[in-house]
Order: sequence, then C-alpha cells, then structure tokens
Amino acid sequence: MKPFRLYEPTTINETVSTLRDLGDGAKLYAGGTELLLAMKSGLLQYDGLVNVKRVPELDGLAVVDNVLSVGARATHSTVEHADEVLSDFPLIARVEHGVANVRVRNIGTIAGNLCFAEPHSDPGVVLLLYEAEVDIVGPDATRSVGIEELVVGPYETSLAPDELLTQVRVQGFPEGMRGAYLKFGYHHRPTLGIGAAVRVEDGVFADVRLTLGSVSPMPMRLRASEDVLRGERLDSATATARAGELAVDVCDAIDDLHGTAEYKRHLVSVFIERALTEAVERGER
Amino acid sequence: MAEATERRIKIAFELNGAAVEQEVAPEVALIDLLRDGLLLKGAKRSCDMQVCGACTVLVDGAPVSSCTVPAFEVRGKRVLTIEGLAADEALTYISDAFIDNAALQCGFCTPGMVLAAKSLLDVNPSPTEADIKDYMRGNICRCTGYKKIVEAIQEAARIARDGAWA
Repeated sequence: MKPFRLYEPTTINETVSTLRDLGDGAKLYAGGTELLLAMKSGLLQYDGLVNVKRVPELDGLAVVDNVLSVGARATHSTVEHADEVLSDFPLIARVEHGVANVRVRNIGTIAGNLCFAEPHSDPGVVLLLYEAEVDIVGPDATRSVGIEELVVGPYETSLAPDELLTQVRVQGFPEGMRGAYLKFGYHHRPTLGIGAAVRVEDGVFADVRLTLGSVSPMPMRLRASEDVLRGERLDSATATARAGELAVDVCDAIDDLHGTAEYKRHLVSVFIERALTEAVERGER
Repeated sequence: MAEATERRIKIAFELNGAAVEQEVAPEVALIDLLRDGLLLKGAKRSCDMQVCGACTVLVDGAPVSSCTVPAFEVRGKRVLTIEGLAADEALTYISDAFIDNAALQCGFCTPGMVLAAKSLLDVNPSPTEADIKDYMRGNICRCTGYKKIVEAIQEAARIARDGAWA
C-alpha cells in the first residue's frame, strides 16, 4: 500500500475542518474494511486518511420514539447485538448479522458501508426499506438525506469531500407494517438482496415497500412494483408476476462475476415473490 | 484541522498477556507487525481480503482479520494470537480438541479456526451445530470439509463446561 498520513481529529468540527483543508487527497476512515482493500490493491490511493474512530460524538446508538439512531462509529457487531435493535428493529439486527463475517462486522461500520457505496452489499437496501435518513455535517451547513439521495451510483455518493456522515436515523415501520430481507449468492458478497415490507388488511396488500440491491448499481426503491401490488389480494399471481416484471425493467443488471444480466433478472423476478411471502408470513419490525 | 500523526506512530498494547511498544507507519497491517516485526508466524496471510480467516487474531476478545486491520488500531487493546493461546494452559483444550478430532490436515487455517472457536465459546459456551456453522462461516478450510471442525468445537465446548482441562 502506498504510504499515507493519518489524521486523528477528536470532534466532528475538527473532522470537517481537516477534510476541508486536505481536500480530494484525503479520505475518511471508519474501519477500512472496504477502503483498505481498494488501497491495498492500488485501485484507490490517498495521501491522508482521516480516522473518525476517535470522535466520541459519533458513538451513539439509541431508540427514541421509534427512531433508531446509529452513530458513524458504531460497528455492524454493535448494531447487531444492541438490545434496542434486537427488541425494536429485529430485521435490522438480522440483516446486520448476515453481513460478511464476524471479523468484518467487528471492524466495519454501517456509516462506512454506506459511504463506500459498494453495490454488492446489504445494509443500504434494508435501510432504504425503512426510508432511513442520514445526517451530514459540512463546513457551512448540515443536511439530512435519504439513502437514494446519498448513494447515487456504484462507489459514488452525493457527499462532498468535506462532508461527514454523522449518523443514520431509522424510523420504525408504520403501524401494522412488517418487513423481510432476502439475499442470495455464492460469493462472499451478495449477488442479490431484496427488501419487502407489507401491511396486510383482509387478505389485501394495503401498503407495500420493495427495495433492491446488489443486482442494481445502488440500493433502489421499486416504486412501480409497489404500485401494482397495492390494493391487490395476497394470492394474486398476476399482480406478483407484474411486480416482478416491472422490477426487472428497472434493475439495470449487468454481467459480472456474480452471473449474467439475464440470470440476475431471473433472480429478481423469483425473489420478489419470495420476499413478499416472507414479509407476509414472517415479517418483522 | 487535526495535525497528521508522526510517520511512525508509537503504539502500546498488550500482546498475549505482555505489554508491547512498537512504532509503525499507518499503512502497516497488523499481520505484518506480528509476523515481520514481532516474528509471530501463527497468523497466516491467505486471501488478504478478510474472506478466509487464516489471519484471524483476537482484539479485546473479538476476532478480526489482521491482514487488513491497521496495526495502529490495537493501541491500548489486548491482542491474542495463536502463540498466546498455545502458551496458556487454560486455553490449549481448544487446539487439543482439534487434534483429537482430526480437525486439520495441512493446518494453514487452524490458528484462525482455533481463535475464532475461542471467541465463539466466550460468547456462547453451549453452541448448537447451527451456531457453530453460522459463527465460523468466515473461516475457510480447504482440507477437512468442516464436519470435524464442528465436532472439535463441540468437544471443546463440552470440555470447557465440564472443567475437564483443569
């Protein structure tokens, strides 16, 4: 790995001013489970890394009024094992437990995962299912955006070089809605991830949310598929099949080591149905 | 803004029970400090991307991939490598269970397997077969086919519960 300088601010303000002064030559470091792999292979090179792990302000993890907030320093393991998450957001605990392996989860952070924006990844897809927001602090202003506004392409976010993602905020599902997340793949990283959240009334999809990742270039909401399902009976094979077709239309699958685009489009249509069934039968908060 | 740290960062940590002080550049991975700086060759570099588990060491009791974790991350922490486990009579029942169950052939993955098993048993003293497979899914063995590894960990758990090694 090319040598770099390490910067260790201890407050959010100091972190942002360090980023501002260093500019494009520096990158935030929040665990490095993805960043350091890219740096080791020479795909990315930075003159400096700014370590956010020494900023106590980024430590928080709490559930207040059905909103889970996770600071940028919280590892996947912290989230996975936190009592508040297990009791109030069991689906998030389950998905976090499924991330990579125990060693990666002990070091990697949710915030770092979102900011690296690796397409073959789980957390962004389930966070989008909850319509989660992230809080961002820059030198002049703070802002909050949803996952779709944060992750705008493969390995690409809307963060400016001097902006810091400080926390992820997750509002619990609306009353009566339950969610599920299914993933599929034979590699270390997922080939496909689908989130489904449903509210069922009298055998009908009263409300539906669907999210897709890994096949798509970034976590995406499948709004057209949701629209076809809303108001339809749970056992309507036509509506489910149409939802799958509409998802296939927008998923933007590509050929890569995980399989051909055609294969992945097939997976999407199959897993939409499975994820809906999972959400209806075993959905969690 | 924050000033850059020195090119070589002074780090103090506990290694296998003993206090250690070293100076490392920020880009030095923990495995290189252990193998090249401290001549502990138990952690193995294999995939070099946190997938295989051959480089597993425990930091404050939790397994990490030393191939990718920077050495500066262990400042003020406790690091346990397979050498430390082997030297601690209270812990060798795990590696003994691997030997007794023929849970290794070439042995390249074994240090990581044994350390991961230790951390599993620390948090879950009575793991089911499913618990073991789930926890150990990030430690890859190309020789044994895993069945014997699962059996070795089950036996280690029994020994720990019975206090039979004492």
